[in-house]
Amino acid sequence: MTHKVVSVKTFALVFFALIALTITTVGVSRIELGEYNFICAMTIAVIKGSLVVWFFMDVRRSSSLTKLFVGAGFFWMAILLVFILSDYLSRGWLPRPGWW
Amino acid sequence: MADIDATLPAHEEAGLKHHFDDSAQQLESSTLGMWVFLLTEIMFFGGMFGAYTVYRNLYPDAFASTSHFMNLTIGAINTGVLICSSFTMVLAVRSAQLGQKKALITFLILTLVLGCIFLGLKYVEYHEKWVDHHIPGPGFRYEESQYFHQAQILFFLYFAMTGMHAIHMIVGAGLLTTLIVMASRDRFSAAWYTPVEMIGLYWHFVDIVWIFLFPLLYLIGHTS
Repeated sequence: MTHKVVSVKTFALVFFALIALTITTVGVSRIELGEYNFICAMTIAVIKGSLVVWFFMDVRRSSSLTKLFVGAGFFWMAILLVFILSDYLSRGWLPRPGWW
Repeated sequence: MADIDATLPAHEEAGLKHHFDDSAQQLESSTLGMWVFLLTEIMFFGGMFGAYTVYRNLYPDAFASTSHFMNLTIGAINTGVLICSSFTMVLAVRSAQLGQKKALITFLILTLVLGCIFLGLKYVEYHEKWVDHHIPGPGFRYEESQYFHQAQILFFLYFAMTGMHAIHMIVGAGLLTTLIVMASRDRFSAAWYTPVEMIGLYWHFVDIVWIFLFPLLYLIGHTS
C-alpha cells in the first residue's frame, strides 16, 4: 500500500534481540545486585517494549500524528508512576511520628 | 478548492470507504483509531500497575518472598512463546502486504497456536497456585506466616493482572480466528489488509503488557 515491505531479516534481528534480552533478564535476576536487580529488570523491559513498539508495531514509519499519540500514551503512564512514587517513596523522609 | 478529479473515482480502490479521499488517508485513520483504543488499554492496565507500585513499596519484604512461589520456568517460557507469536504476527502482516494468501494463513495459524500454548501454560500455573492454596480468600495458606495478609495482596494483584492479560489473549485468539476465516475467504489483498495490521497492533500490545508483567511478578526479589 503506502509503505515499502520490511525485510524478514530486520524482523528476525529484532526477534533474536528480544529473545536474547529475555535470557539476559532471567540471568541477571539470579545474581545478587541489591537495588540494581530491579533497575536492570525494568531497563531491559523498557528496551524490549520499545523494540516491539518501534519495529513490530511499525511506529517508526507511522505518521507524526500517530507518533504523538503513542508518545502521549506512554508519557501518561510515566506521569502516573512517577507521581505515585514521589508520594510513597518520600513518605517518612520528614520526621513525623505516627506517620501511618 | 481544486475540482474533483473525475478521472480517478477513488471509491473504486480496494476496500476504500466513500468518506475517505484515498487509501493512505483511510489507513492513517484506522491506525490512529487503533492507537487511541490502545491508549485506553494503557490506562486500564496502568491502574493495575499503579496499584502494584503502591503495594510493592508498602510491603517490599512480603512481595520479595512471594516471588519464590512463582514458577519462573513457565514464566520465562511463556515470555519466549509470546515473543515468537509477535514475530509470526509481524510475518503475517508482511505476507498480507505482499498478497501471499497461503503464507498469511500459515502465519496467522502459527500465531494462534502460540497464543494457545501461552494460555495452556497459564492454566498449568493457575492450577499450581490452586493446589498450593495460593489463591486469595478463605482457603489461602502461606508458608511464611508473618506475611500471610500482605502476600494475599500480591497474589490478588498477580491474578488480577495476569488474569486480565489472559482475557486479552483469549480475545486476541478470537480475533485471529476471524482473520483466518476472512483470509481463507479471500477478503484481503495486497491493496487492502487493514484488519490484519490493526489486530497485529493489538497482539503486540498484549505482548508488551506481558513483557512488563514478567519481571515485576516473577523476577523481582528472586535472589533475596
